[in-house]
Amino acid sequence: MNACLDIRDLSAVLPNGQRVLRSVSLAVQPGEVRALVGESGAGKTMIGKAVLGVLPSSVRIVEGDIRLEGEDLGRLQPKARRTLIGARTALIPQDPLTALNPSRRIGSQMTDRLVRILGWNGERADTRIRQLLDEVQIRDPDRVLKSYPHELSGGMRQRVLIAAAFAAEPRLIVADEPTTALDVTVQKQILRLIVQLQREHGTAILFVTHDLGVVAKISQKVSVLYAGKVVEEAETAALFAAPQHPYTRALMAATPRYTDPFASLKPVDDAVLAGLAAEIAAADQAWRRPHG
Amino acid sequence: MDENRAQGRSVSPRLWLAGGWLLLALLAAIFAPLVAPQDPLAQDLMLERLPPFWIDGAEPGYWLGTDSLGRDLLSRLIFGGRIAFIVAFAAAFAACLVGSTLGLVAGYFGGWADRIISRIVDVWMAFPPVLFAILLVAVLGTGLSSVILAIAIIDWTRFCRVIRAETMGQSRMDYVENARIAGYGRIGIMLREVLPNVVPSIVALLSLEMGIAVIVEAILSFVNLSISTDDPTWGGIIAEGRLSIHQAWWVLVFPLITLIVTVLSFSQFGEALKTRFDPVLR
Repeated sequence: MNACLDIRDLSAVLPNGQRVLRSVSLAVQPGEVRALVGESGAGKTMIGKAVLGVLPSSVRIVEGDIRLEGEDLGRLQPKARRTLIGARTALIPQDPLTALNPSRRIGSQMTDRLVRILGWNGERADTRIRQLLDEVQIRDPDRVLKSYPHELSGGMRQRVLIAAAFAAEPRLIVADEPTTALDVTVQKQILRLIVQLQREHGTAILFVTHDLGVVAKISQKVSVLYAGKVVEEAETAALFAAPQHPYTRALMAATPRYTDPFASLKPVDDAVLAGLAAEIAAADQAWRRPHG
Repeated sequence: MDENRAQGRSVSPRLWLAGGWLLLALLAAIFAPLVAPQDPLAQDLMLERLPPFWIDGAEPGYWLGTDSLGRDLLSRLIFGGRIAFIVAFAAAFAACLVGSTLGLVAGYFGGWADRIISRIVDVWMAFPPVLFAILLVAVLGTGLSSVILAIAIIDWTRFCRVIRAETMGQSRMDYVENARIAGYGRIGIMLREVLPNVVPSIVALLSLEMGIAVIVEAILSFVNLSISTDDPTWGGIIAEGRLSIHQAWWVLVFPLITLIVTVLSFSQFGEALKTRFDPVLR
């Protein structure tokens, strides 16, 4: 059986030749939640954007391929690629405010995609959207559908976006730090909703986050990313039981604990960072040799 | 939320005052033959330089006095408003159509389209606008359509620059990226997602541009380059009033006040409309 998402040896460079993704390999099986953790700038979001075909124009993929259910995105014509990505994937974005068009009503934004991209009729799209709003526990769909994005709270907007992401029954959802912009209390509800809908719909999720607590709650497998390189990959339970890479161990040690929050706030150790830098440099050198 | 609503309320008097004046002036211009107390072209040397109504020596029916040929000033201002409004609407819409389209394309597509359009705008704006207008009308010949064309040719850059910048800002928003992921085409995203978000700015600019067109038309009339000298125009009346400032100040002052109030109303109206149109500010 084909993996839902299969990334192999993906390398991407900036115009100055610096690698931002360093031979990333990563597979997500159907119905699986794969977490992608790392600090800011590690390239987590970049991987998500590469999968969804919206990399910034300055970033160029120089090696490797991305397969969606066995189809190699790099080999498709741009138009066919857009259609495939549009039909089989969706994004739950980080900032629920800017991800909704401020001058259009929620209802038209949500149905538009089903009608215009998937060719549903308006009535079917409307029924579907209401069903999804119910699943994300929005109890007054009429009001919400008629609202503009700024008239809803952050949590409501994120629910709307989750409903929109699941509406077209994508095979894969990229969730890019979907709870980072929300209050802690709301974060929990949103996470629970994502997990619940994921189970019911059997959707695979690539869950991008910097929060190991979130990783532990929702994912089956984890990839730990540093400077665009996957430094460790494991089953979630195994990773938390016995982290192999020093960087993973340092990240876990840096997570604040409620019992003694200040004592446990320690940055990643200098020795670990030096080790990482050496590892990255060695990887780059090995990569450059055959690539000139 | 409440703060926004309070802001919305404080905008209203501006909107009503500016809009009220514009509506009044527009209606007067449309129905000029019915509204004007006198024939704006009728000369009567017996009635020359009559003062406005509150000064001794005024004649009833000549509310704002007469000029040095005995023509009724109020009637001339009302008929002059016809030219002013025609030029304002036609020139502003033409400039808006060209400028906004190019601005949207440059801002959304970027790259070469943006580089070419932006260079043209830079070169265009290097010309002093008033001299450019005088030059254009001199080349195109006087007449209403030349004046409209000249103003549109000069001022499309104003729309282009602002709409380009707004479009660039909107294009970086996540909702545009979301639309790309969903599989919308580029032109579809530009028209359906980005355009609605720049409409408030287009509306504000349009109103501002109408004010500017009124001024430019007045300047062209002032230097006798607008339309035939028979039809009264605000700029033309100002030019005549300047010659008799010491004998009849009102011939200069009233058209100036009309011009200034109208231009200010256009810009205030535009600002207020922008707030009204913007779902976030509303």
